[in-house]
Amino acid sequence: MTAAASTVELAANSSKIRPGRIIAWTLLFIGGLITITPLLYMFSTSLKSAGQVYDLRLIPAAPTLDNYIRVLSDGRFLRWFINSLVVATTVTVSNVFFDSLVGYTLAKFEFRGRYLVFLAILSTLMIPTEMLVIPWYLMSSQLGWLDTYWGIMFPGMMTAFGTFLMKQFFETVPNDFLEAARVDGLNEFTIWWKIAMPMVTPALSALAIFTFLGNWTAFFWPLIVVTSPENYTLPVGLSSFAVEQSIQWEMIMTGAALATIPTLIVFLVLQRFIVRGVMLAGLKG
Amino acid sequence: MARIELEGLTKQYGRVTAVKGIDLAIEDGEFVVFVGPSGCGKSTTLRMIAGLEDISGGVLRIGSEVVNQREPKQRNIAMVFQNYAIYPHMTVGQNIGFGLYTSGLPKAEKEKRIREAARILGLEELLERRPAALSGGQRQRVAIGRAMVRNPAAFLFDEPLSNLDAQLRSAMRIEIKRLHQRLGTTTVYVTHDQVEAMTMADRIVVMRDGNILQVGTPIELYDNPVDVFTARFIGSPAMNLLPGSAKDGGLTVGGAVVPGIDAGKLQTADVLVGVRPHDLTIGEGNGGGIALTGVVTAVEPLGAETLVHLDIAGTDVVATAPGRIVPAVESQVTARAAPGSLYLFDAKTEKALGRL
Repeated sequence: MTAAASTVELAANSSKIRPGRIIAWTLLFIGGLITITPLLYMFSTSLKSAGQVYDLRLIPAAPTLDNYIRVLSDGRFLRWFINSLVVATTVTVSNVFFDSLVGYTLAKFEFRGRYLVFLAILSTLMIPTEMLVIPWYLMSSQLGWLDTYWGIMFPGMMTAFGTFLMKQFFETVPNDFLEAARVDGLNEFTIWWKIAMPMVTPALSALAIFTFLGNWTAFFWPLIVVTSPENYTLPVGLSSFAVEQSIQWEMIMTGAALATIPTLIVFLVLQRFIVRGVMLAGLKG
Repeated sequence: MARIELEGLTKQYGRVTAVKGIDLAIEDGEFVVFVGPSGCGKSTTLRMIAGLEDISGGVLRIGSEVVNQREPKQRNIAMVFQNYAIYPHMTVGQNIGFGLYTSGLPKAEKEKRIREAARILGLEELLERRPAALSGGQRQRVAIGRAMVRNPAAFLFDEPLSNLDAQLRSAMRIEIKRLHQRLGTTTVYVTHDQVEAMTMADRIVVMRDGNILQVGTPIELYDNPVDVFTARFIGSPAMNLLPGSAKDGGLTVGGAVVPGIDAGKLQTADVLVGVRPHDLTIGEGNGGGIALTGVVTAVEPLGAETLVHLDIAGTDVVATAPGRIVPAVESQVTARAAPGSLYLFDAKTEKALGRL
């Protein structure tokens, strides 16, 4: 086919809009609108004064940065921000390390009961968090973990989902690479760290991103396990702006807007890996 | 460098015995090729030598030491894999140097060895490149480089050329052969390609169903195969086999009587007569031997000669026509085999009975 002919065909294709495509675009547009509207209102509300909060216009009549100044000058916000950062980062690092270590072991080593161990880990995915909260709480209470970082973090330090994800990815790493390293004299831990891990970077990125975001926005368990305001994570802290008599929406929205910054940074920096990782893992955000 | 000795080496997977107590001594500096069809146990044997598979029975010695229980890293061997196994996240230089990761050598010495290996393999210009930017042949050279830098007691190659195209495979065969001549390191090479085995080996080990069928130099195996399997496996195109019967004091093959045979001396009446395509030529003979007449079913002109496929008494036979002679399909031709070029096998046991 000549270049001219292809151009003509392309033009013909683009001028002929198929009904299926119109439906798809419409649905995507509606979906996009549903997703972005709360975000826009969050930013809009953060720029409004307390009196304007119930004025539902998207563009504030008198935009102000007062809320940001108030939130940032309030020492509690910074503390909650740091708490969330410590919790989310620690849990993420822990998941990347332990999930992949266990996933690698299940994928690449033959041992009696391997399948049973995998099934046992996988079966925990079927237990809803709500059911686990009471045992977690009792455990934390008895071990003195209530109102501590460790108390917030321990249930998520290793996850069945992450282990499953990493196992699936490690299975795609050809054994020849690992055996070549074995012949070259590396021990099993170094083989995992130096050879296998760099070969599953997309999966590691996806796991890191989802773990970080999940823990950054976690609300239910931190709300239960933490009692002192100085140990609140950001979502729990922001919810404290809603007191019985009044809900300070403008403050909550400002805090929430600031809280999106790390997630935006994570997305912007790791965008390439997110798309690749999600595609490879067949994950949904 | 080292001598490698296999004594009753056995590998079992559950109830299946993949390698059935094989004995073999590979001499210091020798290039030994294990050849056989898929599932014959050749790769398993190599992996047992490497320490990547546990040994179920028997003794394995490298040098003079029994290494059955030793980890791969303690055996001082280097292995090159079929899919190259060069790490995609490292540069060529890092890949080659990875063989020295646990060596404890000073950095300068490592650098020196990497440069030397790269120079020998023609990879000097590519040291900073990633494997993704290399051709198949270059990747294989990197894998060989990684094995070389360690100065191992033995090189193990597991079908290293299988992923390359025919032209590159041919070039790499020569490179590996030259490398062996240069380094003189004991080499064990596994392939299912008999051409690789014939062209590279000092000695070939033919395996089938976990057993060693025959060990010998390429020419020994070509000239004196011990059975039908080895006879057909070694040599390209494969040896023709025609059913023959010894009766009435003579041996009849494809309607022709083989002269000078005392059929009474044969231990069996049912035999298979083998003749290599290059020993069965179309055209006038010099007398003696055997003349087989058949119908041409296909021709493969190769330039210097033509492979002629014949139907001789219901058996497909490949013969050669010299020079530019290309017989017409459907025509009737006579192919002649010179005296001494026929192989005789027992039809039941498939064991060799001798040459005619």
